[in-house]
Amino acid sequence: MNKFFIEPSPHIRSSMTTQKVMLHVLIALLPSVIAGTVIFGLRALLLVVICAAAAVLSEFIFNKIIKKEQTVSDLSAAVTGVILGLNLPPALPFYMAIIGSAVAIVIVKGFFGGLGQNFANPAITARIILMLSFTSYMTSWTDPFSYHSADAVSSATPLVSESLPSYLDMFLGVRGGCIGETCIAAILLGGIYLISLRIINPVTPLAFIGTVALLSFISGGDPLMEIMSGGLFFGAFFMATDYVTTPITTVGKLIFAVGCGLITVVIRNFGSLPEGVSYSILVMNIITPLIDRYIKPKPFGYKKEAKAK
Amino acid sequence: MKLNSIRLPHLNNAAERQSVPVTLPKKVIISMSQHGGVPCTPIVSPGDHVDIGQLIGRNDAVISAPVHSSVTGTVKEIVKIMNVFGKLNEAVVIETELRQNVSDEVKPPVINSREDFIKAVKASGSVGLGGAGFPTYVKLNYDPKTADIDTLVVNGAECEPYITSDYRTFMEEGEKVREGILLILKYLGLKKAVIGIEADKPKAIEKMEKLTAADEAIEVQKLPSVYPQGAEKVLIFNTTGRTVKAGELPMSAGCVVMNCSTIAFIYDYIKTGMPLVKRRITVDGNIVNKPVNLIVPIGTPIDDILSAADVYKKPDRILLGGPMMGTTIYDTAMPVLKTNNAVLLFGDTKQHSSTACIRCGRCVRACSMNLMPTELEKAFDMKDAEMLKKLSVNTCMNCGACTYVCPAKRNLAEKNQLAKAFLRQNSTK
Repeated sequence: MNKFFIEPSPHIRSSMTTQKVMLHVLIALLPSVIAGTVIFGLRALLLVVICAAAAVLSEFIFNKIIKKEQTVSDLSAAVTGVILGLNLPPALPFYMAIIGSAVAIVIVKGFFGGLGQNFANPAITARIILMLSFTSYMTSWTDPFSYHSADAVSSATPLVSESLPSYLDMFLGVRGGCIGETCIAAILLGGIYLISLRIINPVTPLAFIGTVALLSFISGGDPLMEIMSGGLFFGAFFMATDYVTTPITTVGKLIFAVGCGLITVVIRNFGSLPEGVSYSILVMNIITPLIDRYIKPKPFGYKKEAKAK
Repeated sequence: MKLNSIRLPHLNNAAERQSVPVTLPKKVIISMSQHGGVPCTPIVSPGDHVDIGQLIGRNDAVISAPVHSSVTGTVKEIVKIMNVFGKLNEAVVIETELRQNVSDEVKPPVINSREDFIKAVKASGSVGLGGAGFPTYVKLNYDPKTADIDTLVVNGAECEPYITSDYRTFMEEGEKVREGILLILKYLGLKKAVIGIEADKPKAIEKMEKLTAADEAIEVQKLPSVYPQGAEKVLIFNTTGRTVKAGELPMSAGCVVMNCSTIAFIYDYIKTGMPLVKRRITVDGNIVNKPVNLIVPIGTPIDDILSAADVYKKPDRILLGGPMMGTTIYDTAMPVLKTNNAVLLFGDTKQHSSTACIRCGRCVRACSMNLMPTELEKAFDMKDAEMLKKLSVNTCMNCGACTYVCPAKRNLAEKNQLAKAFLRQNSTK
């Protein structure tokens, strides 16, 4: 008798895989990597590449040590590495970036069970840990295009400096800041790519950025400048949309994003820190299980189960 | 409100192929269990001579439909075969003869009333030809005094890839579908009928619209070509806007749902008295050169269909039914049942290995019943009966959309089936 495959239905699958999702995210990050390289020089590119390599290597070694099936080919570690790299100041010493990547992959992701199990965004948590560990390095910024001159000049980010760049400069990223966060145009390009492929839900970035703009408007600030400052766009499109650490339903995502916006504004205006995007996302990551617990779609024709007689 | 759905590749390669009868098989194996209900008991013994349409199995249980011989021949033996639910049941093996005759038992039923009509439908051996195979008469046999039913929903959605048997019914027997609908409306006293056809079958829509132009009670509705458009609850919602509550039947929403091929058959039976002994089957798949629609006697071994199929290599996977809800078979000696609408042959099968859930939410957005497959999977893995009930696992109709879209290739639909079985076990403990 012939041998035939026996399997439960369905017998066809969509072509989408976890690896492809991650690859699309990497492609969407590419404009930001290019913009960061143009604005801050090749060292910035090298920093991002080192982060990605360190993240992948950390996952590889971690899996070897705990004798787990190798998962580096799903590209999630590469995504974490690139996102972390784009969240670092261009002049950060390489060893610190490597520490950051290892922390993200091993402590934040690996220790909690690997892909899909971590409760906090690895890149954000690693960035916060680096911020607390190497505060001065993490807050010294390189001026745009300063790599042409012999020695790089440090400056403050617009959020703490006196004189503000023009809207156009802000949009194109001609300002001091983390490698990937300054060029709004590049972030939008990548974000629209992900939205058009339905990889991310537009609700998150819209609600996050919208909340910040609205609160800024109400408090009499400059909403446009406020939303283009700091890491808001990058965080809203690439970190608040992380599948694993954010709510699963659209309503949940909306609550998550509005919460992120509120916390960002509170930190920016009342906190001792210049920037609140990372912390807001981390706090909302922690609240995510609670949101998911209460925000569930109502099943079609739902009826409360009758009590057993 | 719009229900969630997914888009599937259509691959209706056999759509424009006129149905042809399959070569008469040397023997047929007619299962006494043609559907999910109570199996019949054979009323013939080895050595008996039978003709086409002769009653060979019956059972007086409520959810059961009689079984008739699909050929002229001699009963060779009564065997035990395993049905798709994994249970053993009896089957009558008949060796066919060259000369095929219609049995004397076959004569048009006399119908003067609603009761006569339902009795006739029961005697016809009719079950739902769309795949689920619920005995047809059970759907019609409601109490008109207590059940407030006004609409007949005709399922012509045919939302699974490859299958074209319902489409061919419209194209080849559209008139019978119309006549059948009018009979059902008349004897059941229903106000109207809605024929739901997916937009990717414009010819069928046009044909049925033309045929029913003068019938005020019949409406043809063009439905979006999305999966699972043909699922009973989805179809009722999309054609009438009514919601069938969890655990209830279409009746509760004032509807009777019937497949278009079932209706064409009922018309045939009322006119000729020939019971359900053959059906239309699509033969297709990724290794099939020339897809076909075959008219096949019930009980024809799959082997006979394989030898009729034009394939360029040996299949490594054989499906009865569509690629979303069909069943893989391991034994090609198995016979065709009344519920089989397709035999699909596949080669180059790759096995999927599941990876970790990344909580992307695709399954949640795919579920037309608004369930959370990923949460259900976790609840089942934890054997959390309370959570499974709360998440309404029994509302899952196993359409497979969640498994289809999952980028981590997790067997979500399968888990839901296991979860339902787990709850059943749990409640009987």
